[in-house]
Amino acid sequence: MASILRFRKLCILVPVKCSPVSYESHDAPEAEKKEDSPISAVEQVSEKPQVKKNKRQPKQWRCIDKCCWIIGYICTTWWLILFSFNCLTANLPGLKVPEPPGARLRREGLTALHPVVLVPGIVTGGLELWEGKPCSEGLFRKRLWGGNFAEIFKRPLCLLEHLSLDNETGLDPPGIRVRAVAGLVAADYFAPGYFVWANLIENLAKIGYEGKNMYMAAYDWRLSFQNTEIRDQTLSILKSQIELMYLTNGRKKVVVVPHSMGVIYFLHFLKWVEAPPPMGGGGGPDWCNKHVKAIMNIGPAFLGVPKAVGSLLSAESKDVAFLRAMAPGLFSSKTLGLQTLEHAMRVGRTWDSVISLLPKGGETIWGNLDWSPEEGHVCDSLKKRQLQASASDDKGNNSDSRRAFHVKELTKYGRIVSFGKNASELPSSQFSPLVFKVVSGSSTNSASVSCGKVWTEYNEMSHDSIRRVAENKAYTAETVMDLLRLVAPKLMQRAEAQFSHGIAEDLDDPKYNHYKYWSNPLETKLPNAPDMEIYCLYGAGLPTERSYVYKLTPSDRCKSIPFQIDGSADGSNSCLKGGVYFGDGDESVPVISGGFMCAKGWRGRTRFNPSGIATYIREYHHKAPTSLLEGRGLESGSHVAIMGNVAFIEDVLRVAAGASGAGLGGDKVYSDIMRMSERIDIRL
Amino acid sequence: MPASFPQYVTEAITGPLPDPPGVKLAKEGLKAKHPVVFVPGIVTGGLELWEGHQCAEGLFRKRLWGGTFGEIYKRPLCWAEHMSLDNETGLDPPGIRIRPVSGLVAADYFAPGYFVWAVLIANLARIGYEEKNMYMAAYDWRISFQNTEVRDQTLSTIKSNIELMVATSGGKKVVVIPHSMGVLYFLHFMKWVEAPAPMGGGGGSDWCAEHIKAVMNIGGPFLGVPKSVAGLLSAEARDIAVARGMAPGFLDMDVFGLQTLQHVMRMTRTWDSTMSMIPKGGDTIWGGLDWSPEEGYECSPKKPKNNNSEAGGQNGFGNLGNATQVHYGIMISFGKGVAELHSSKLERVDFRGAMKGNHLANTTCHDVWNEYHDMGVEGVKAVADFKVYTAGSVLDLLHFVAPKMMKRGGAHFSYGIADDLDDEKYEHYKYWSNPLETKLPNAPDMEILSMYGVGIPTERAYVYEFSPTPECFTPFRIDTSAEAGYEGTCLKGGVFSVDGDETVPTLSAGFMSAKGWRGKTRFNPSGIRTYIREYNHAPPANLLEGRGTQSGAHVDIMGNFALIEDILRVAAGATGQDLGGDRVYSDIFKWSERINLKL
Repeated sequence: MASILRFRKLCILVPVKCSPVSYESHDAPEAEKKEDSPISAVEQVSEKPQVKKNKRQPKQWRCIDKCCWIIGYICTTWWLILFSFNCLTANLPGLKVPEPPGARLRREGLTALHPVVLVPGIVTGGLELWEGKPCSEGLFRKRLWGGNFAEIFKRPLCLLEHLSLDNETGLDPPGIRVRAVAGLVAADYFAPGYFVWANLIENLAKIGYEGKNMYMAAYDWRLSFQNTEIRDQTLSILKSQIELMYLTNGRKKVVVVPHSMGVIYFLHFLKWVEAPPPMGGGGGPDWCNKHVKAIMNIGPAFLGVPKAVGSLLSAESKDVAFLRAMAPGLFSSKTLGLQTLEHAMRVGRTWDSVISLLPKGGETIWGNLDWSPEEGHVCDSLKKRQLQASASDDKGNNSDSRRAFHVKELTKYGRIVSFGKNASELPSSQFSPLVFKVVSGSSTNSASVSCGKVWTEYNEMSHDSIRRVAENKAYTAETVMDLLRLVAPKLMQRAEAQFSHGIAEDLDDPKYNHYKYWSNPLETKLPNAPDMEIYCLYGAGLPTERSYVYKLTPSDRCKSIPFQIDGSADGSNSCLKGGVYFGDGDESVPVISGGFMCAKGWRGRTRFNPSGIATYIREYHHKAPTSLLEGRGLESGSHVAIMGNVAFIEDVLRVAAGASGAGLGGDKVYSDIMRMSERIDIRL
Repeated sequence: MPASFPQYVTEAITGPLPDPPGVKLAKEGLKAKHPVVFVPGIVTGGLELWEGHQCAEGLFRKRLWGGTFGEIYKRPLCWAEHMSLDNETGLDPPGIRIRPVSGLVAADYFAPGYFVWAVLIANLARIGYEEKNMYMAAYDWRISFQNTEVRDQTLSTIKSNIELMVATSGGKKVVVIPHSMGVLYFLHFMKWVEAPAPMGGGGGSDWCAEHIKAVMNIGGPFLGVPKSVAGLLSAEARDIAVARGMAPGFLDMDVFGLQTLQHVMRMTRTWDSTMSMIPKGGDTIWGGLDWSPEEGYECSPKKPKNNNSEAGGQNGFGNLGNATQVHYGIMISFGKGVAELHSSKLERVDFRGAMKGNHLANTTCHDVWNEYHDMGVEGVKAVADFKVYTAGSVLDLLHFVAPKMMKRGGAHFSYGIADDLDDEKYEHYKYWSNPLETKLPNAPDMEILSMYGVGIPTERAYVYEFSPTPECFTPFRIDTSAEAGYEGTCLKGGVFSVDGDETVPTLSAGFMSAKGWRGKTRFNPSGIRTYIREYNHAPPANLLEGRGTQSGAHVDIMGNFALIEDILRVAAGATGQDLGGDRVYSDIFKWSERINLKL
């Protein structure tokens, strides 16, 4: 405000100062007036030109006068705009920015009680350079990722080289050390003005939180989870910080708030911390019960996201690549020349963590060729209401609603990837049985001489095998893994040592002690912590990518990615747009992935949740911001902007101040998650 | 080196630059071994706002201290209000929470372009250090050491982080690098961590031995700095306040208008930590009315120092006939002549019983409160009539002029010398940061290095005068007209200076390592080895060198290549002996010899 005031003063002064220059010589009465109040000086400004035109010869209209007048006008307008802006926001009720929830809850008497741990997700955490190649001179301890991304525009190739990991080990390439930024600054803002955690932090501070009872568990989100411990000891640090905060805050258990991929990272941590030392943290079997009060998962990608498939297969989802979804406008094609996608893909494929986001649970969860749990989801929000009503009527009569073919254009979400729009709609009986054979060895190496700089693994695949991939027409969550193994063998080989995507038959099998299962909720048991609470907090009501229609790329030497999303495929029912089938979700994570574990997988005492940890679903229905002043919205449900959602912040604050899930009001559900989960047939 | 010059330009002018020590040592094959802990000093750490009054709107989690200091210029009074602490408790005033910035960013740069730890961090990174084995123990440097634990649990955090780093680096002990006041803070920490739980950290009696390889104190004011007395007494010490001394040029006079001094003083007087640096050890260490350990120090830097002081040493303390002898022991004197008189000729009137009250009519400066207004004319006069103060009586003086502050500080710090270290009272935390009233921990494998710059005139004693207009100014001011008439120019602008690093006199930084802890003494029962590493100041050869690679100044020494090399070697596993043991340029050993302290 102070700067505005000063600027305002300056603006008023400028016309006054200018005026003597312009008309002192010929217009004495005018000159006297200039001693009037500043406001009248401003008025004079508007009268002036006419006076001039009448009295003056054009030749006397000198350059310096023009300059003065122009400056005067600009300043006056600027000042007026600012003035009205200030008046409007202060006076018009509609434009008034409402009180932040933190301030309101404080007046209710809430104060900081439980320490809070924030676990950022993929992409949103900052990365900084500790050691680099000569081309990165002068960037020591500067952010390569996050911040203003100025360097990406200046030296894109250098930066991408530094952000890549080693293709064999998934760790640092030789001579390069890029590390996660530590502290709250790691992910409070992703880019200037683009908040991630900042809103939540500010509101927590309003009820008394500060550095000593709030901790950002920043980690290098490019690595596989276990590797963050091996390289950086991140898990050990997190354990030690939680223990420290527990002790220094009067033995109050922590409330953990993970977001997006951070959710499965923390799941991994929960298993790691109780596992015995060589592989785990050796915290003993009651560590979680002793130290963790609640886990408030935001936009949890428990069962993966279909988007990850799109980004691995062709480095594009609806918006190019997973990365770009989170940082709009970043990977514009101009920066990297024509081969944006190839570059993004090459870098993205060295990141093991992306694999953790592939859909888990296979056909049981995500549906098969004919069936999917979301069946009957209506994308048009208007139609939805009517249909929902009738559907619920139907259900009363028809116990086996899954088989009900009464809705003709049921979207076959189960086919996560299909080649051609037809293939996505055909009944499965018309498919030839899966003849999926791995034929990658016979690489004829399609002479990528002209664009040799950009290497992707597609160059090693023969045309033949590419064609055969497309012939298979449709892939479900299970077969899509085979597809990925074919097109990205190295990545999958590396990553499958770190992550697993199945469903456990017998959770007591000793093989499940291996860390690669720890981040898959369907292959681990929750810790024995009956006092803990697990929340699934996510947005709903936004179209979210669920499955894709692909086509072969018209052969082009330099476009070395042979598949791309068929942007021309639009459906009669509005679920299919630009080659993508949309379901309900928060724009990145479908509700099934965000909510299933809380709605069914862990609800009550199941084999995944042997100690009966209480689970709650809190959905936040998306509402677009009503005015410009709201920024990214106070009621947004989208994946990242939900962190500014007032209702969401209030829930977190209440739990941090000691409330329990029941105290919040239990489940709050807008979507069909309960019904969808019902349809999923999984042994509990 | 200004970053704006490309390297080839600077090389064309100055010739090829020497490799930074990190690069050189990496070529020698040094690798990161021991985790490193930095403990920043007073003033250099950033502070940010977590909760504030209306006027601080929009500054949430923005730096109020450190960084650009933009806010001082925009809203100076609001800024001063937020930076002040509660006058009674020494903790947060109601409705205001200012907290230290955490992480390496807390003190890598104090202001843009003004490095503190950044150069050292960059060089450590060259031999393989990164965030996981480097830790900045940032703390709120305004509050007393024990209060950082009470309010923020900072000591617990440091303990936990050291334990964590030792565990994750495969049992390698940490190398601790405290700077300036951080030295005292870490001393406090070492006692705290081994003390039993309610008051201490409950780490057990061998915690230090198990977790610390070496403590490399940079410019440590072990025995306090005379500057802090001037800072507290009149908020000036050639440059305003202790605060300004460490960050020259950032607190300008015109920011607060005419009443700068009062505002700064009112603010700094609420900071308990400034009291940790009041000279300790009284007359025994700092000298009495007639002698001082530095006696015979030749101030003119042109002459070779050794000749003259050698003679002084042989003559012992009684060399009073010499006209150039400076009575450093008299820390504060009223009037220039007084400082040079022999003690027998002084006429002093005891001020301690003097009447207070008789308030000054302060109508003109109503909004600036300070304790001088409670003192009244009588009190002020009595103080001046006492004429001279030594390190011991300066404490009485402070108690007289700033009773509230000293009462608060007295609960947290102590400035004496222990007669019997086994006395139970020394288990109280207020003694922990005074090396003369604590024993070092039982850690025979640990090493203590005192590293500091020498060769820069450093404030040691002051000549004061009455302020001409007592209503609107603090009643005492340094008599800037007091200049020595003779050749030995130790007295300049009312300040007697001595060898040191511009802020900390050599005596304060080196005595403990040179004598107090050397060998097995009562202060060092387990015989921890101590080393002195001095760095002779050489001003930057040209403008392009920036703040110099051979500087010995208090903060600039952090960019001294020799110092960085020493630290890197120790961090990579070397011992003090491997560095070459003591390296001394000053007369510290001779001066220590003269101090008569039971060991």
